[in-house]
Amino acid sequence: MHSSYVIRRLLQIIPLFLAVMVVVFVLIHFIPGDPVSAILGDRATTENVARANRELGLDKPLIVQFGFFVNQVLHGNLGESINLKVPVLRLMLDRLPVTLFLDVYASVLGVVMAVPLAILAAVRRNTWVDSLIRAVFQVGLSLPGFYVALQLLTLLGARLGWFPIGGYGVTFGDHIYHMFLPALTLGLNLAAILVRTLRNSVIEVLTAEYVDFARAKGLRSRVIMTRHVLRNALIATVTLLGLNVGGLIGGAVITETVFAIPGVGKLMIDAIFGRDYPVIQGLTLVFAVLVSLVFLATDLIHARLDPRAELS
Amino acid sequence: MTAPHLSVRDLNVRIPTPGGVLHAVRGVNFDLMPGEVLGLVGESGSGKSVTLRSLIRLHRPPIQMTGTVEYGGQNLLAASDAKLRSVRGGQISMIFQEPMSALNPVLTVGEQIGENLREHKGLRGRAAQERAAELLDLTGIPSPRARLSDYPHQFSGGMRQRAMIAIALASEPQLLLADEPTTALDVTIQDQILRLLLRLREELHMSVILVTHDLGVVAQTCDRVAVMYGGRLVETAGVNDLFHAPKHAYTLGLLQSLPGAGEHRRPLQPIPGGPPDLRSLPPGCPFAPRCAYVTEACRTGEPPLLEVAPGRFSACIHYDELPALKSTLEEVGV
Repeated sequence: MHSSYVIRRLLQIIPLFLAVMVVVFVLIHFIPGDPVSAILGDRATTENVARANRELGLDKPLIVQFGFFVNQVLHGNLGESINLKVPVLRLMLDRLPVTLFLDVYASVLGVVMAVPLAILAAVRRNTWVDSLIRAVFQVGLSLPGFYVALQLLTLLGARLGWFPIGGYGVTFGDHIYHMFLPALTLGLNLAAILVRTLRNSVIEVLTAEYVDFARAKGLRSRVIMTRHVLRNALIATVTLLGLNVGGLIGGAVITETVFAIPGVGKLMIDAIFGRDYPVIQGLTLVFAVLVSLVFLATDLIHARLDPRAELS
Repeated sequence: MTAPHLSVRDLNVRIPTPGGVLHAVRGVNFDLMPGEVLGLVGESGSGKSVTLRSLIRLHRPPIQMTGTVEYGGQNLLAASDAKLRSVRGGQISMIFQEPMSALNPVLTVGEQIGENLREHKGLRGRAAQERAAELLDLTGIPSPRARLSDYPHQFSGGMRQRAMIAIALASEPQLLLADEPTTALDVTIQDQILRLLLRLREELHMSVILVTHDLGVVAQTCDRVAVMYGGRLVETAGVNDLFHAPKHAYTLGLLQSLPGAGEHRRPLQPIPGGPPDLRSLPPGCPFAPRCAYVTEACRTGEPPLLEVAPGRFSACIHYDELPALKSTLEEVGV
C-alpha cells in the first residue's frame, strides 16, 4: 500500500517539474538585464553584444530558446554556465552535497535543542523555566539570520577561537567542525519554530485521557513521556519540520554567504546577479525535485507516526 | 468479619479554578470488602469520578487530595511514587468511560497490553504476545492474535472497551476501578460489557468499584451502592435494600426519576432544580434546596452519614419518613 503511494507521489513530481520549467524560464526573462550586458559591461559595442548573443543562442525567439532548453533537460543535460563555462550539473554536484550536509546538520541541531526544551517548558508550564525558554527562542526568532550568524562568528569564532570562521574542510570530521556555527545559526531558528509548536502539543497531549490511563497502568514517567506523550506530540511537529527543512534547500543563502560556505545558495545568488540563465534554471529544477522529496519523506514519517493518517 | 480490601477515610479533593476552590469531594468514607462490587452513583458533578481517580492518586497538582486511602496496609495518598506505581496497574487497575480517548491512538492494542505485562509481570517478546492474545480472547475479542497489531481506531466501540478491559486486566489486579465503563456504548453492548465484567470478577476474584449515573447498571451489577451528592456520600446500602427502601430523600428522588420497564412504566418524576455549586455550598444539607421533605433543621447543619439500620448509612434526617418503594429490580429494567 505504501509503495504504490510512494510511486504515485514520485510520478506527481513530473508535472511539477514541467510547470517549474515554464515558470522559471518565463520569470528569468522578465528580469531586466541579460547575461551579455552582465558579462561585457556597459562599454560594449553593439557588435560585441550581438556577437555574444548569437554565440549563446540568445538572439533566437524565446519560444525557440525554450524548446532548446526543454530538449536539453529531457536529455539529462542542464546546459553550461554562461559565466563559469562549466556544465551546470558539475557545478551542482560540487555544491549540492555541501548545502545538503548543512541542512541535515542544522535540522539535527534544531531538533536536539527543541525536543528536550519543549518538553521541559511544557512540564514546567507557566513557571519561570517555561517563560525563559520561550523568551529566549522568541528573541532568537525575531533576530535576523545574518545578525545571529555574525554574532556567533565574532564570539565563538573570532574571539574565543573555538570554531573556524569559514570554509568547509575536507574530511567528515572537518565538515562537522567547520559547519558547526552555520548549522547552529540555522538550527537555532528551526528550534525556535519547533519549540513553540512542540511545547503546545505536549501540553495538549498531557491532558489527554490516554496519558491518565498510562499513569493508571503504573508506567514510569519516562516511559509515559516518550511512548505516550512525545509520540503523539511529534505528529504535528514533524510536518512543520519538513516544511522548514524544505525551505532550507537553497534558502540558506545568507548563512552560506556569511560563513563563505561553497553551497548552492551562494551559487544561486551569483547566478542571478550574473543573469546566468542555465544555472538559475538548472538549480531551480533541482530545488523543486529535492523539496518534493523532502515533503514526500515528511508525509511518510507522518504516516508512520500517526496510524490514523490515510496516505491518499 | 473480614478486613476491608480498601478503606477510604475523610477523603477530600480540592480543585483550584479561576472562580475559586472547588471542593469536589468532601470527607468521603467507605470500605470495600474483598470480592465486592460497589456502585458509586450520582449525577454529573457529584464527585464520583473525582473520588475514583483519587483512590490511586491520579489527580495532579494543583488538585489537592487529603485523607487516607488504605490498601494492603499502606496509605496510597502518602505512598512513595515507586510503591504507588507498583500498586497502580499492578494491583489496582482502572478503566475509563471513553475507550477512544483512553487508548493511545498511535500504539497498537498489542503494544498497550504489552507495556502492562512488561511493567507488572516481567513478560516480554513471545511470552508477552501469547499472554496478550489470551487476554483479548478472555474479553471476548474474536481472532485475538490478528487483532494485536491493530490500532484502537480499527476497533468498534464495544470491542475497544473490551480491549481496554484486557489492558487493565493484564496484570491480574485484585481491584478494578471502572469509571462509567458503559456510558459511551449502546444498550446491547452495555449489557455485554457488564456481563463480561461480572464474569471476569468471578474468574479473577477481583473487587470492583463501578462509577455510574445509571441505576439500571447498578441494579444489574452491584452488591452494594454508595450514593454521592454535592461531593459527599449521602447513602450507602446493599443494592436490594436501596432499591426497596431508600433512606435518603435524594436516593428516593433518583429512583422515582426512573421510567420503569414493561408493565411498570410510569411517568417520569424528575428532581427539580440542578446540582449544587461546589464553590459556594449553602450551609446544611446540600440537597435541601431541591428536597420535598426539607425542614428548617435541614438548612442549619449538614447531617453526617450515620448508621440508620444494620449495614445502612444515611445522611438524611428524614430517613424514616421516606416511603418504601415497591420497586423491584425488574422494574429498573433488569
